[in-house]
Amino acid sequence: MTDHAAIRLTGLTKEFGALTAVDHIDLEIAAGEFFSMLGPSGSGKTTVLRLIAGFEQPTSGTVELFGADVTRSAPFDREVNTVFQDYALFPHMSVIDNVAYGLRVRGVGRAERRDRAMRALAAVRLEQFASRKPAQLSGGQRQRVALARATVVEPKVLLLDEPLGALDLKLREQMQVELKQLQRELGITFIFVTHDQEEALTLSDRIAVFHDGRIEQLGTPRELYERPASRFVADFVGTTNLFGAEHARTVLGRDGEFSVRPEKLSLSASAPTAVGVRSAAGTLVETIYLGSAIRRVIDLDDGPRISVLQRNDRAREEDDLRGDRVHVSWHDEDIVALVPPGG
Amino acid sequence: MTTADPVRAERTPPPRRGGFARRGSVFLTTHPRARLALLLSAPLLWLVVVYIVALLLLLVTAFWTVDSFTGEIRIDWTFDNIVTVVTGALYQTVTLRTVGVAAAVTVIDVALALPIAFYMAKVAGPRAQRALVIAVLMPLWASYLVKAYAWRSVLSQDGILEWLLSPIGLHTPGYGLTATIITLSYLWLPYVILPIYAGLERVPDSLIEASADLGGGTWRTMRSVVLPLAFPAIVAGTIFSFSLSLGDYITVNIVGGTSQMLGNLVYTNVGAANNLPLAAAIALIPIAIIFGYLALVRRTGALDNL
Repeated sequence: MTDHAAIRLTGLTKEFGALTAVDHIDLEIAAGEFFSMLGPSGSGKTTVLRLIAGFEQPTSGTVELFGADVTRSAPFDREVNTVFQDYALFPHMSVIDNVAYGLRVRGVGRAERRDRAMRALAAVRLEQFASRKPAQLSGGQRQRVALARATVVEPKVLLLDEPLGALDLKLREQMQVELKQLQRELGITFIFVTHDQEEALTLSDRIAVFHDGRIEQLGTPRELYERPASRFVADFVGTTNLFGAEHARTVLGRDGEFSVRPEKLSLSASAPTAVGVRSAAGTLVETIYLGSAIRRVIDLDDGPRISVLQRNDRAREEDDLRGDRVHVSWHDEDIVALVPPGG
Repeated sequence: MTTADPVRAERTPPPRRGGFARRGSVFLTTHPRARLALLLSAPLLWLVVVYIVALLLLLVTAFWTVDSFTGEIRIDWTFDNIVTVVTGALYQTVTLRTVGVAAAVTVIDVALALPIAFYMAKVAGPRAQRALVIAVLMPLWASYLVKAYAWRSVLSQDGILEWLLSPIGLHTPGYGLTATIITLSYLWLPYVILPIYAGLERVPDSLIEASADLGGGTWRTMRSVVLPLAFPAIVAGTIFSFSLSLGDYITVNIVGGTSQMLGNLVYTNVGAANNLPLAAAIALIPIAIIFGYLALVRRTGALDNL
């Protein structure tokens, strides 16, 4: 049991007519992992989730759940449960009936299923809303009912399809913390689909970045952020300054695309001379106040327009002059060389 | 972009003032009651005068009498017609028969419409869905009479049904109540399919997936999720088939053989018997039944979610 991955996808492919939504995905997700599938809309991440849940049948390839091939089994025969993007609560049932539904289907007795449903509701702090209808709850509460309903049946793997997408920012941040806590308490595998890179970085043990039906890069949040393997990942995960091949030689003195994160850059009036530090001259075109930080936009003389992120210190308040000549500098180890597509 | 650009401001012309249409618009925008009156007066006039008053006049007629000598209608207020209709053995039998036919037609139509509507709403691709909607609507483009006579020929002793069934030892039901039920079921089927289809369309796919995800098999998902959510739409469909069947008299004339329904009694009393007050009293029966049916449906709470 322990030597099997929670989920193993082998050569998983899904075609919708002429469109290949998922293109030969191989992936292993360990038991107890908080795993995120990150990508823009149409990148295939939701389709992979639906293939794991059993709502779609793959064109080719297999889905294994704890070593058992479930590729051709129906959703109701798979020990995975889904938290849907629109929550999919049954509008004609009360909150407690919604949560108890999975138990009722399994033939659990009335008293026991009420007991377990109430405990699941208590875990998401909604026991006082048990007799309400879903329409009488707020978005965040519905979200928590959906979580309780999916976890009450004790699945081995919980699939979450952009579960926080419909919530406002404050609530989303609060739910992120709750999700992480819930996952630690239950100790089950979470597979989390999102297009929000910050959410993925915050929550995940590992992230797969999807692009055009393929996994562009697989790694820990730190690996993805610090060492993006491609231009797409560098651009999609966080914000970055991309230097095309045409600028690589003039700015860096060598060939090949590269990127530098805005917070790794620093500004000075004159070119720095320390070992391992390079710099480029440019003109400050805009200063943007972000609260906790200040973003400065600089046109490099021999390069693209880039952005530099600085901490908001009191010392920086006055120097927001547009048109100033500045030197942008970076440590060589903060440069990330990007592999050209297919190269 | 924070500073105003005088050149650009000049290029955009200011809103045009004056003009009759514009002043009218201003008046209606600022006077919501005038807007409401203008919008609703014509349809309300039509509804109240032409529709409701005409219907009420007919029903009031039920409390009048006919002079047996001259055949003229006399405004003598009486409950005789109502008493006749409620207590007369003929009227009781025909009422029961009519309700039975309407109920049978409704049950058959719902049984046929549910799988068709479910397939249209949840299984078929967008292209097949469009084709099926047209296919369901197409019979409505043909005349009622043409369809009823088509069934007369299908059901006749040397018709296609007899030809199809005789090799397996069965026979056409011939003209009668069974033929009436078959024909009415055919005629009202689109009116039952369409509301159920629309109702199922409104049930999000994710609810069906959620039920399967939580372990619910096909039958459980149908019973616990799809049917309860589609119930108001099913009721809407049954109101069509039930009330249309209650009032029908042409189909039963064409394929019903000697059987009579309430509509036939109304028809003969208006025409041959020249007893409009009695006809009006008979016409009250299906109206009362439909009101009773609606009250029953309302008590189930099915219409709350409409």
